[in-house]
Amino acid sequence: MPEVLTQQEVRPAAHIVRGEAAEEPPRPKRRPRLLRGQGPLALLFLSPTLVIVSVFILFPILFSFYLSFTQWNLFGGEPAFVGLDNYARMVDDAEFWQVFAHTGIYTAGTVPLNMALALAAAFFLNTKVIGKRFLRAAFFTPVVISAVAAAVVWRWVFDPNLGLANYALETLGLSAVNWSNSPTAAMVALIIVGVWKSFGVNMILFAAGLAGIPKHYYEAAEIDGANGWQRFWHITVPLLSPTTLFVLVLSIIGSFQVFDIVFVLTSGGPLGATKVLVFYLYEHAFKFFNMGYASAVAYVLFAVLLVLTLVQIRAFRDRGFKSAA
Amino acid sequence: MRAATLHIAGRATGRVVAHVVIYAAALLTIAPFVWMVLTSFKDIGEIYSYPPTWWPEEFTLDNYVATFQAAPFGRFYLNSLFVATTVTLGQLVTCSMAAYAFARMEFWGRDALFYLFLATMMVPFHVTMIPSFMILHWLGLIDTYGALIIPGLASAFGTFLLRQFFLSIPKELEEAAFLDGCGRFRVLWQIIVPLARPALATLAIFTFMGVFNDFIWALVVINSEDLYTVQLGLAIFRDRYSTEWGSLMAGSVVATLPILIVFFLAQKHFIQGIALSGLKD
Repeated sequence: MPEVLTQQEVRPAAHIVRGEAAEEPPRPKRRPRLLRGQGPLALLFLSPTLVIVSVFILFPILFSFYLSFTQWNLFGGEPAFVGLDNYARMVDDAEFWQVFAHTGIYTAGTVPLNMALALAAAFFLNTKVIGKRFLRAAFFTPVVISAVAAAVVWRWVFDPNLGLANYALETLGLSAVNWSNSPTAAMVALIIVGVWKSFGVNMILFAAGLAGIPKHYYEAAEIDGANGWQRFWHITVPLLSPTTLFVLVLSIIGSFQVFDIVFVLTSGGPLGATKVLVFYLYEHAFKFFNMGYASAVAYVLFAVLLVLTLVQIRAFRDRGFKSAA
Repeated sequence: MRAATLHIAGRATGRVVAHVVIYAAALLTIAPFVWMVLTSFKDIGEIYSYPPTWWPEEFTLDNYVATFQAAPFGRFYLNSLFVATTVTLGQLVTCSMAAYAFARMEFWGRDALFYLFLATMMVPFHVTMIPSFMILHWLGLIDTYGALIIPGLASAFGTFLLRQFFLSIPKELEEAAFLDGCGRFRVLWQIIVPLARPALATLAIFTFMGVFNDFIWALVVINSEDLYTVQLGLAIFRDRYSTEWGSLMAGSVVATLPILIVFFLAQKHFIQGIALSGLKD
């Protein structure tokens, strides 16, 4: 009791203090707006971040837009303005459309599988399962390790002669697959590695969504005689849908940017069958030094992802859902 | 009575089946790691034997010796640790300062600037990659530590993450310090930073992991073998010795070890970071 009284005694004093601290002494009116009040000090606090973000993010965003209308090899002379030529060239380039299709196939292959596994894992982890910490760590480990090391290991798993994948297939009575020479098999391998590498992220996001559904909804439904499937379909699915949409868009965005595992696992082969958008961009920028053309490719990628992001933001607003991000 | 007993028995069976399924899935998920680690300790003869074996018949460090002889992995390691540590420390300082300005100070254009920062988080790295490369080229920093470190010294994501946390700290704590005559820097350093340790730890772990695991940026800006990071070294090594699986597995163990250790020590921060950001890769 005495403690509570002291707190109450202190409080009015704190209010007065706050009132005084908030009042700034009047400044001369001629100073630029940015330098009024706490401006100079704030600028000082912000300056390191502002410099880095301006030089390596804000300026590059604008500059690569400009570059996408130029032809330039970085080393010789100034960028030459060529209008929409780069974009026209992209439309005419059969390889660009192939690469775009590969990216689409990879995305269509990974995203549903990724989400299904992530939801199943999150669902189990949300029940009374023994060894939750171990299970969560096991599913999440592929996320934290480097894509390069993971792809090196998987290359061996998919080795046509000595690998575990073919050994498993043969043990199950199926025929071995030539993972490194068949375009379809190489894409399947890439999708398996892609799903394995990132479903842990979605598991965490789904688990957070599931934890947010009030337990008494389920209890009430159980009393009303709803079975497990009905409870899942009528409570979990609708209440989880904002999370599902968030996860869906994030997964598509992630899949569209796949690069590391492609580079190490398949190098885009066989016969370019796993060459994806970022790989194509990388080749044009840093192998052929077509900086203008590569910037145009980057902007196409940006446009696709931006549309997805806007769809996501809109869907959230419509549902009145406030995401953590 | 019987129906109830059956129901309970059914539930128990269901629980057992559920456990079997989820543990099988977990083991399948970590199988490639176990395979990687066990293979790295096998001798050459066993590695190339078919059908494959799980447990090494004889443990040997030959693969590690061969890997470190074939390429200066020790040097790559120091490069990676140096770059990742420097970037992480840099971000802790720059992002704390920027986040404090956004969370606690009044200045013209604050909210617009903050939203601009937020918006940049939606831009894929590949859009900024080419101009960033050019700027470093103009500065003469391509193929130096500077190219690996400088662009990462501050980030919109870190600023955002810390700002959200700083906003949750009661203002009263600082006001008492202002009364005692403390300046903003001392308040940030002595009051906010100690209270924000969980958020700083999450940022530190996330940044360290991102930089240590980075591949594409190192691939683009580094040419000299002296400056290779572990990931770049491993990828090049993979090209050169594409079927020497023993050495490749040893190299992969080396390239994943620090992050795995940090992950097992601080799992909570990884998972918090993911839940907060929904960040991929």
